[in-house]
This record gives sequence, C-alpha cells and structure tokens, in this order.
Amino acid sequence: MLRVELRPEISNLRSASAPVLALFATSIVGAILFVCLGKDPARGLELFFVEPVSSASALSELALKATPLLLIGVGLCIAFRANVWNIGAEGQFVLGAIGSGGLAMRMPAGAGHWVIVPILLAGALGGMLWAAIVAELRDRFHANEILVSLMLVYVAELLLDYLVYGPWRDPQGYNFPQTITFPPNAAVPRLFDGYRADAGAVLALVAAAAAGLFLFRTYGGFGLQVGGASAAAARFAGFSARASLWTALLASGAAAGLAGGLEACGPVGQLNPYVPAGYGFAAIIVAFVGRLHPVGVVLSSILMSMFYLGGELCQSRLGLPKALTGVFQGLLLLTLLVCDGLVRYRVRWLSPVAAGVPAPSPPVPAGDALPSTAASVASDPEH
Amino acid sequence: METLALLVAASMNAGTVLALASMGLLINERAGVLNLGAEGMMLIGAVLGFAVDVHTGSDVLAFVAAAAGGAALAAVFGALVVGLDSNQYATGLVISLFGAGLSTFIGIPYTKERLTERPHYEVAGLSHVPFFGNAFFKHHPLVYAVIALAIATGWFFQKSRPGLVVRAVGDSPHSAQALGLPVGAVRLAAVVAGGALAGIAGAYVSVAYTPLWVEGMVAGRGWIALALTTFAAWRPGRVLLGAYLFGGVTMIQLRLQAGGIQLPSQLLAMLPYLSTIVVLAAISRNSTRMRVSMPASLGKPFHPRA
Amino acid sequence: MWRLELADITKRYARVVANDGVSLRIAPGAIHALLGENGAGKSTLMKIIHGSVRPDAGEMRWDGAVVRAGSPQQARALGVAMVFQHLSLFESLTVAENVWLGVDPRVSLDAVTDRLFLLAGEYGLEVDPHRPMHALTVGERQRVEILRGLFADPKLLILDEPTSVLDPQSVTKLFVALRKLASRGCSILYASHKLEEIRALCQRCTVLRAGRVTGECEPANETNASLSRMMIGAEPAVVERAPPRLGDVALAVRGLNLVKSDPFGVSLAGVDLSVRAGEVVGVAGVSGNGQAELLAAISGEDARGDPGAISLFGQDITRAAPRRRRALGLRFVPEERLGRAAVPSFSLAKNMLLTRGEGVDRAGMLCPRTLRGEARRVIERFSVKASGPDAAAQSLSGGNLQRFIMGREIDAKPRVFVVAQPTWGVDVGAAAVLRGEILKLRDHGCAVLVVSEELEELYEISDTLVVMAAGRVSPPRKPQDLSVAQLGEWMSGGWAAAAAPARSHGDQHAPG
Repeated sequence: MLRVELRPEISNLRSASAPVLALFATSIVGAILFVCLGKDPARGLELFFVEPVSSASALSELALKATPLLLIGVGLCIAFRANVWNIGAEGQFVLGAIGSGGLAMRMPAGAGHWVIVPILLAGALGGMLWAAIVAELRDRFHANEILVSLMLVYVAELLLDYLVYGPWRDPQGYNFPQTITFPPNAAVPRLFDGYRADAGAVLALVAAAAAGLFLFRTYGGFGLQVGGASAAAARFAGFSARASLWTALLASGAAAGLAGGLEACGPVGQLNPYVPAGYGFAAIIVAFVGRLHPVGVVLSSILMSMFYLGGELCQSRLGLPKALTGVFQGLLLLTLLVCDGLVRYRVRWLSPVAAGVPAPSPPVPAGDALPSTAASVASDPEH
Repeated sequence: METLALLVAASMNAGTVLALASMGLLINERAGVLNLGAEGMMLIGAVLGFAVDVHTGSDVLAFVAAAAGGAALAAVFGALVVGLDSNQYATGLVISLFGAGLSTFIGIPYTKERLTERPHYEVAGLSHVPFFGNAFFKHHPLVYAVIALAIATGWFFQKSRPGLVVRAVGDSPHSAQALGLPVGAVRLAAVVAGGALAGIAGAYVSVAYTPLWVEGMVAGRGWIALALTTFAAWRPGRVLLGAYLFGGVTMIQLRLQAGGIQLPSQLLAMLPYLSTIVVLAAISRNSTRMRVSMPASLGKPFHPRA
Repeated sequence: MWRLELADITKRYARVVANDGVSLRIAPGAIHALLGENGAGKSTLMKIIHGSVRPDAGEMRWDGAVVRAGSPQQARALGVAMVFQHLSLFESLTVAENVWLGVDPRVSLDAVTDRLFLLAGEYGLEVDPHRPMHALTVGERQRVEILRGLFADPKLLILDEPTSVLDPQSVTKLFVALRKLASRGCSILYASHKLEEIRALCQRCTVLRAGRVTGECEPANETNASLSRMMIGAEPAVVERAPPRLGDVALAVRGLNLVKSDPFGVSLAGVDLSVRAGEVVGVAGVSGNGQAELLAAISGEDARGDPGAISLFGQDITRAAPRRRRALGLRFVPEERLGRAAVPSFSLAKNMLLTRGEGVDRAGMLCPRTLRGEARRVIERFSVKASGPDAAAQSLSGGNLQRFIMGREIDAKPRVFVVAQPTWGVDVGAAAVLRGEILKLRDHGCAVLVVSEELEELYEISDTLVVMAAGRVSPPRKPQDLSVAQLGEWMSGGWAAAAAPARSHGDQHAPG
C-alpha cells in the first residue's frame, strides 16, 4: 500500500530541481508519444528543443512568441502571489488587442512613429478595464474572480468577433472577417532588419525587471504577498486586501492588455478572429513553471515558446497536428506538479500491516502545542 | 403554444449538459475538493464519446468511454490534489488546459466525421399529449436520468450514511480523520465520480446535443457548471433548476438569433456568459449565507497528521 | 485484573521522543489522571491507546490479553472511546448525525437519536439531538463529544484536557457525570495539566515529563506543590510583582457595539473597559464569548465600531487603521501565531516587516540588511531558538515563535500592549519569562490588556480583572475581591443578576 509522507526538511536543491526534472519527464513522455505516432523520437525532440534556437531567424521567432507569454506571465506572477486567481488573461489580451487595434486603424498614415506609444497604452488600458470588471465584482459582490474572469474571456472573444464581422470590417477585404491592415507607423518597431522580433521583447524584459523590483524590494509588493500568503496576517498588519486585489488585477490586466496590443500591432498587423491564440492560458503555465518569480518566468516563457515553435515545425516537417503543442504544455505543468509534490512529500511503500496506522508522522510530536489552523494556513506551494 | 413547448424542451436539453457536470462538481465540492479541471474532463469525455460512437455506433458505449475518460483524468487530478496535496486551483487549471490540448489532439481524425442515424426518443403514450408531449416526453434518456440523479444525490447527502461521511469529510477533514474515516479515499472517490459525470456531460454535448466534434466545443460549460454549484448553494435540486434556467437563457438567445432580431449574433451569444456573471455576483453578495452553506474545507488542502 | 495495562510504550518522531518507556495501569471503574505539561507526551500516549498512533515499542494489554490497536476502529471495538481536546465535530451536521458517524454503521439514525435522549437524561448532559452543530455553544459541543464517547458503552473513556473550554460550573457538572460513569464500571483516563481538577476527581495519577513517567501517586494525598514538582521537575518560578503605579487611562472602550461579521462569531454589546498606564487588566472567560471580536476592534482589524467607542490616550481610534494605532503606541499579539501574527512561509526577517517600519525607506523600498539586523536583535534579546533571521516562521516551535512575536512587539516599546493567550502551548519556564516581560512592561508604565483562558495566569499577573460572556464585559474587580467561584458565575454572564456587593474571598485564589 502506498503512503505519502511529509518530508521533514526540503532542501533548496531539491526544490530547484523540480522544474528540471519535470522538463526531463516531459521529454520522455514526448518521445514515447512520437514513437506511438510512428515518428522518430530523436527527430521529434530535436524539432522541439534544438531547431527553435539554431538560427537567427529561429531565435527571432522564439523571441516573438515568448514576448506575450513573458508579459502576461509576469503580470500573473503578481496576481497569483497576491492569491488573486486571474484566469482570464486571455480576455484581457483580447481587449488589449481591441484597444490598440481600434486606435491603430484610425491613425493617419502621415503621423510619426510616436503614435505607437498611445496605441500600446490604449492596449494596456483595455486589458486593465477588462480586469477592473473582475476586481469590481469581487470587491463589491465577492464574486469568484476565477469564474468571472473566465466568463469574460468568452465575452471578449465574442466582442472581437462582433467588431471584425461588423463595424470594423475592412470594406475592401472581400468580406473576410478582418480589419484593415494597420498603417506602417502604427507597427511595433522591429529590433533588427529582416527579422520579425520587435521592441515588444524589450518591453517584456523591462516589465519582468520592474515586477521583480516591485515584489521583492518594495513595501507595497511585500504587503501584496502577505495578503496572498495569509489574509489574517494582512489584516493584522494592516495591509488592505482591497488594495492587493485591485493592484493584482490591474497589473496583470495591463500586462495582458499590452501583450494583446503588441500582438495586434506587431506580427498580426490587423484585427481578426485569430488574434486570441491561447497565450493568456499558456501564460498560466508559464507563471507556474517559472515559480511565480520574474526570472523564472523569463526562462519558462522561452521554454514555452519553444514548444509553440516545435509544434509548428512538427506540423510542417513531420505532418503531425499542431495540437501537439497543447499536449506538451499541459504535460510539462502536470509533471511539474507531480515533481513539486514529490519534493514536499515522499511516497513510501508500506506493508499492509504497518499501513493500518491511519496517519503518517510529521516531524513534530503530536499537535499539543500547535494551533489547529497551522496546518491549513501553511499550505501554499508557491513559497 | 407548441413553440413554447419546444423552447421548454430545448432548455431542458441544454440544461442537462450543465446539470450532469454540475452534479459531478457538487459531489466533488461536498467532499471539499474544488475541481477547476471540469472543462478539461468534459472535453475529454466529448472527444472520446464521439470517437467511440463513430467506431461502434453505440451511444451506450460512447457514454461509458466518456465516463471512463473523465474519471481517468479526474484520477490524475485526485492523485495530485489528494495524494500529493497540490494546490487545488493550480492543479485544476492544469487539468483543464491539458484536457483541452489532449482532446484537440485526439479529435483531429474526427473533425470531419458525422454521427449518422441519431435515434429519436419518445415516451410511449405520453409523447402526443399536447404541449406536454413536446415539452417533456421526447427527450434523450439522459435527460430523465439526470433528474433521477438529482433526486438520488439529494437523498444520498441528506439521508444516507455514506453521503453523511462525504459531507463530514468536506466539513472538517481533520475531525473526520480523528473519527477514523478514510478522508483521502473519500475525496478521491468523490473526485473520480465527479470526473465520470463531467465526462458523460461532455459526451452528451458531442453525441446527443450537437452530434459532431469541434475543438473546444464544450465552450465554457464546465466553468458555468462550476458557477452553478455556488448558485445552487450545493443542493442537487437547485442545481437541476439552475441548469434548466441557464439552458433556457442559451435557448432564448439562439431563438432570438434565429428569429432575425436586430442584434448581432455575437452579442446575443454573450448572453449565457454575462448572465452567469450577473447571477454569480447576485448570489455571492450575501457572503454570510455563502459561508453557512458552503462545505467548510472547500478548496483547502488536507494532509493527515498524527 | 487491570482494564488497561501499558508496558514500556515508546514512540519516536524525527526530532523528539514523545513517549519513552511509558507504563501505566488502569483498574476497571477507576478515574485515572494523566498529568503533564503541554508537550509532555500525553496526547501521543492517548492516541496510541486510541489506535490512531502506532507505538515503536511496548506492549498493551486489555483485560489481561495482549492487543494491538492498529486503528481507531479496532480500539473502538475493544471499548475505547476518546473525547478530543480540539473538538472534532462537524459544523454542518446535526448532533445526532455527528454521533452517528462515530458508531456502528448498522445502527439507524433514529435509534441513535432515541438513545441520545436517553443518555443525555441519564448523565445530565442535556442537548437536543436535532440541532445543527454550528448553533451550539462550546459547552454544548463538548457534551456532544462526551455523549458520542458514551454511546457505545465504552469500557475506557479518554478525555484530553476536557475543561479547557468550560466555565467552572460546567466543570462541576462534568465531574458529576464522570463519577456516575465510573461507578458503573467504566474506566476513565483523564489528561490534564490542571492540578486542582486532578486532585478533585482522580483516584490515581501518572505524571509525565518530556515523554517519561516521573511519578505515580494518589492525587488526594498530594499537594499542588508536590504534583507540580513531578510535572515540571521544580517549583514554578514565582513572578515578582511590585504594586502598580497607575497613570492616566491609556486605552478606553466605551459602549462598544459590534454586530458579528462572521456567522459563527459573537456580537459585542455595550462593552466598557479601560486600561490605565502601569496597569495589567486581565480578561477572563471561556473563549468564543466575544474576546476575538473585542481584540479585533481594539487592534483595528475590525474598524466598524461607532466613532468614539475606542480611544487611545484620549484620541478616538475606533475607525483608525492598524498601522495608525501602532504609530500611537498600541501593540497587539493575537492568539493565532502562525497565519495571523506571522506569515508561516516567510522568514523571520520578513515577518518583522508585518508590524515594524525599520528597513523601509521613505520611498517604500526595502533594505534587507536592516531587516535582518532587526530580526537578529529580537532573536538574541528574547532568546528565540531559530537558525537565524532567514528561518521560516513555520520552522519554529510554538513557544519560540511566541517569543519572537512577543519580542517583536515589546522591542517596539509599546505604550499600550494587548495580548491574547500569551503563554498558550509554551512550556512552563518560557511562560514564566513571558509573564515576567509583561510585568516589566507594566512597571515601565505601559498599559497592558491580557486575554487568557488560564485563570491562574490571570490571577498571577493582573491588577484588575474583568470577565467576558456572550459579548459583554463585566465590571472590573481587583483579583483579591473576586473569588474563583464568583468568577465562574460571571463567566456564564452572572454579574448582571448578582449585582450585589462583591464579597471578599482572597483566600480562594487559584494556586500560583
């Protein structure tokens, strides 16, 4: 019979090894998957892990895909650390695209390149606005933010559909559901000639640095995390739960909105129903794989971006469905959760006789001296 | 009058999906587990049910496969949440994302398939009664099964001892452990049962409701079902009622679209989601009432201690 | 023949030996005490008998035969029933359903209900089987626990600190029921650290210290001093107290009404209370009578009170935020150390930041070095056993964490110090140190408000006593003017009825 026991102490090394272990396990499962699909597993893994970093143009694509993931992921770090479960970043991303796109398509072609600044701000504002609905409903009505933010994803996508099928449709677009192509001055400036990677990548890195500074070096960031780790401690210390809620949602909404704006005015260059590509959901994985730490999120966004490119390459080179990407992403996070669990607990095989004891032994003797709430508050795996 | 009957029938039909999934979630939550993976479990159920139906032509086998698929994914969720004490929010979300990815992957060969020969159901002798016949007696057997399920679930939690055990575990796992109740096993069983129901709900979408497979076709019903348990204050009867109400909203919206109303279809399609938000806000407003009716340990991790 | 015999029971945990060769014998129908401090190994021993913990070594005999109680179910089959210290009841279920879950599944719920009526009448433990648990008072809940234990006609009833939640009158009632039970042949194992109770109730007594048996005796032949010597190895340290030098009123609560915000909470009704500089005011009462709500209102965690109800040095602070109150010199140590006074997963250095402003500059940026220095200072000054300022709060033992938290607040030089259950779960030596620190604050002119369930502690350190019951606060009394018996009456709200002049019962104080 299997028995799960709390490890008395968790070494830092063990804790840091979980993501590596998870990646390794994902690769193995991936290899098996390739074999089952009748493909060479080495070739398959190469497409996922080597090809995306093997040339300048590949790296440029890698940066391009990593940008929205990093931006949204960093925002979610702040939200999740505040224990605010904003799951609807996808919707905020769409609103960002609508905000930026709506402004970009109205820009006169003669205006200078500076117009990209208000355009991107409009995107961030759009995302914030969408997240603010969630904050307001939770603040005033205690409505669960997970459900509200998720429902708003569907609403946002329908809103985008409505706009591109209706009022914003390009009159010269042969009835395709899309807006006009944005004027060149409304495009996010590229970093290098001939490559698609753009200034968004720099913005995302700056955002990650700023988030790190905020979380670990400011009193405000500290208070936000106290609220996330223990609401009672935040009340005791006098940190406002409302302030954390609003900060968390507005920050993550703005980040997602900015990502949406960058996407619409960067690689896509117009609005169409395919702008929402699932980055908002993938970024949840990015945030967790990155341990809700901005540095970790930089690394995990690159990894996740490799998965996207790998999936596309598998489609073009091996004729495999693109949906493989989603499977890989999910697998990575699942194995990470397993590895995380194994970092904190050890699974032991017990003989049935010994297994008759219902409870494993914690390192401390019987709970005489412990307040009964201790076990339930010390639960957040993210710390 | 018969139009109204058809609307009632369609609402019940749409509501059945939600009711099935929501009943599963209710069982989860009564045991103290918040399952955010329902959407993924429904998608897996939908794709497996559809695939099996394509190959075997048997609805029964399709539902069995869907239940097994949902239960299997739920078992993974349960092993993580109950066994390794993972964060329920994070794990559930991962399961949803993974389920979405995996269902898309599995479903690729089936996107162009159609289920031929959809059986036509009616209750002999009653299906021709004016109004009532069209409204209530021409449904898929699962529509009636879910009503029975609601009654059975209600009885289970109120009157039966195993039901009481589940409630006790959801109320205070530590007390339950002290009494010698198998907390982990109860939670795992509840999670797996809930997953099986979510799988069946998914298959109802792909096999009975709109018999085809489209990527992501569950379209947020798993999340709406989650909101329904809160709306229903964790009571099976109210879950059923709520599901029909939401089904009705969906149907009215479709009816308005078909009726050529002067509103863009996309805006009408927002209706179910918007009404979920509104209802959620209205229900959650009274937080005191929520706390009294909510299983006390919901969403909180539990690890047995000596 | 003995009902229960334990021989050389040993149980080791990773860092501690909880039971070290413990032997114990209980006769049928005997009331046997298990005396020891918190952490002495009482709970582990009881759980071993109850089957929820398996010993590493040793033998257990039941009615003469060797048994292995591998699970609570097996123990129950033998006839062992246990009443837990932290009541293990289900809020959303009714009384009868709660009991039903603990008995043989073949018995129907109706049969359970009928028998509950019967048992309740027989032992004077009245409670309505149909009521939901969350509607019951703490005393009623404990009755349910005991009824649940009695339900299966146990041969051995184990009670773990049963009186910690009861007022003195309910304790008397409980003892009557227990004696009746014993007279019918049921053995009782009564774990407690309260000497008076053990002397009043028990025929035999086994004393545990640090996991070992340090004495066996007949409590009736012992004195409190001799029992406590066995329990703690030495006479308890006597805290030196000088007479109070009272200053002006520092903290004043006037007619505070507060509707409960928690459905399981208590509303405050017309609370009057004042604490003067240089004075320790003790708040007695069974917990759950509004103490938590009053403390939250004073600390600022619940700032809904009507303006004017709470003032600090004459300033109205009823609506002020906790940080503003701290700036005015009010410091608070709540009962819950992990998760309220400290964030479990954060380091001690970061936990300093919860209530201290050092290490934050004007721009709101943190200075980690200052923070760690401050934490190290508190750790050293209050002899906290921790690996350093980077140790996570949850890695500290309960007593050490309490030293750190009390230290954090005392180090801030409070002018008003409010503390709940200051020595709960702390060993005797450390408790004496903490009480000494409280008195030192008072002698330096700080106003101190102590909420505690330990009457002995309150009598020891308070200059003024008040009692809380049902969301109200009694008029203040000097400890020497309030007998334990009267205090007990007040704990069930009796002061309004007995408004007659207080009699002096200075000789009836709890032992110190």
